[in-house]
Amino acid sequence: MSDVGWIGSMLTAARPQAVAALLRNFRDLDLAEEAFQEACLRAMKSWPKNGPPRDAASWLIMVGRNAAIDTVRRGSRLQMLPPEELISDLSDAETVLADRIDEANYRDDILRLLFICCHPDLPVTQQIALALRIVSGLSVKQIARAFLVSEAAMEQRITRAKSRIATANVPFETPGPVERFGRIAAVASMIYLVFNEGYTTSVAEQGARAALCEEAIRLSRLLLRLFPTEPEIMGLAALLMLQHARAPARFDPQGRVVLLEDQDRALWNRQLIAEGLALVDKAVRHGRPGPYQVQAAIAALHARVERAEDTDWTEIDLLYGTLERMQPSPIVSLNRAIAVAKVRGPADALAMIEPLADKLGGYFYFHGARGAFLLQLGRTEEARVAFDRAIALANTPAEAAHIREQLDRLAGGASTGRPNKIQSDLSDYPQPMRP
Amino acid sequence: MQYAILCYHDEKVTCAWSKEHDDAVMAKLGVVTEKLERRGKLGPVARLLPTTAATTLRKDREPPLVIDGPFAETKEQLLGFYIVDCTGLDEVIEIAKELGEANPGGAYEIRPVGRFFPGKTAS
Repeated sequence: MSDVGWIGSMLTAARPQAVAALLRNFRDLDLAEEAFQEACLRAMKSWPKNGPPRDAASWLIMVGRNAAIDTVRRGSRLQMLPPEELISDLSDAETVLADRIDEANYRDDILRLLFICCHPDLPVTQQIALALRIVSGLSVKQIARAFLVSEAAMEQRITRAKSRIATANVPFETPGPVERFGRIAAVASMIYLVFNEGYTTSVAEQGARAALCEEAIRLSRLLLRLFPTEPEIMGLAALLMLQHARAPARFDPQGRVVLLEDQDRALWNRQLIAEGLALVDKAVRHGRPGPYQVQAAIAALHARVERAEDTDWTEIDLLYGTLERMQPSPIVSLNRAIAVAKVRGPADALAMIEPLADKLGGYFYFHGARGAFLLQLGRTEEARVAFDRAIALANTPAEAAHIREQLDRLAGGASTGRPNKIQSDLSDYPQPMRP
Repeated sequence: MQYAILCYHDEKVTCAWSKEHDDAVMAKLGVVTEKLERRGKLGPVARLLPTTAATTLRKDREPPLVIDGPFAETKEQLLGFYIVDCTGLDEVIEIAKELGEANPGGAYEIRPVGRFFPGKTAS
């Protein structure tokens, strides 16, 4: 392995803690980031010669802090008279601060850094981009690639997000328990959004966008290390792992969508599944269920069975029922209808989703599922109309192609051996929790 | 004589590895372990999942306390182990060095095995 390889991993690993501490010191995101960059440059020079420091994050915080103070000094010299005594005061203060890189602070530091990225003033896409840039340290180029936009456009998006943050009132005092819990919840949903952004993909884009899913998983592990006894964070991490484990089986070699039921389960990532299942088990012991845990439990039911036909749809129906009560949402009801169709048949499922037409009329999966239920009931004309609507609303070409396949089968005569399938679980599609 | 080579590393670092990097490290380690296997020196090997998946049972009280997370809250965590069969410490250190070249960073703790039960599981 090259030197740069291990240094790169160490810098990436230390980044959230280091940037977060620098942010607490300077209370300025740009300054904190620049200080960290400078510290990284010095690390690249120093570490190959002197070996890695015992504590990389502390090293980077110290060096970054000093570098930033130099910058401030130089800046002030260029501007006006440097108030020398003020500068030396600053250095003294920093030395004292440097000794306080303690474990108690760092948890809230990192949480704050994550929390800043989910500021309610920021549109979702900016939140995600900012988190990937600031917390994960992905380059603008990498993020642009994952979002399938130009580098210039992404640069602009991030700059805009940062200037909003700069004018927003970011709380720097240590949060109380209620405030902390609120932050954790906000950060969790931001991480979920990062994941979803990566999950909405076609096969051609899968490589680039998978990075978003992997980054979301890494962030969820980071959050879980900060709050190791929070069952909802276990649930979140488990949900992401169990879903991402299926990524290698989501498309066939021609790039077509492969439904959960038809996926080659041998392609699923067993290690991620093991980790996800372990976290679900741990979370359940707390007896404090929440939406992420329930969704993870549903994903776990799929992950645990080797053959699709062994899926426990009754249990999945129950879990979606629980989720509906916790977090009423037409999307959740739509998901539940898929399970209901398996357990009680398409008529019940159709009756369940018809009232959702108002809210989900512009939603691809609604029409896809509705078409499939209608088709199972032999109402082919209505099914055709529903599928046409779905195609018009598809998010990716692969989704459109998948529905078109059903239409083709419809056109080619009703029973051609293979029954027309409905999506066996929408969790293989992105699911905005609150459409 | 059997020895356990206990692998310690900063988990934040190993979790920051990209999939490509992880695969590359595993491939390199595979070359070393395969060689050991051919020489009949290699016993069970395990890579443990991240400590976020860990649960600790404190059995120094009654009833025992089940807590989330690893036993020790240290920077470096036990992330896996190798059991090797060697003639003495020098040989184990050589093996550990070779593994270390394939996967730098962190530390290996070499511990002689007192009693060894190969065990039997269904899977």
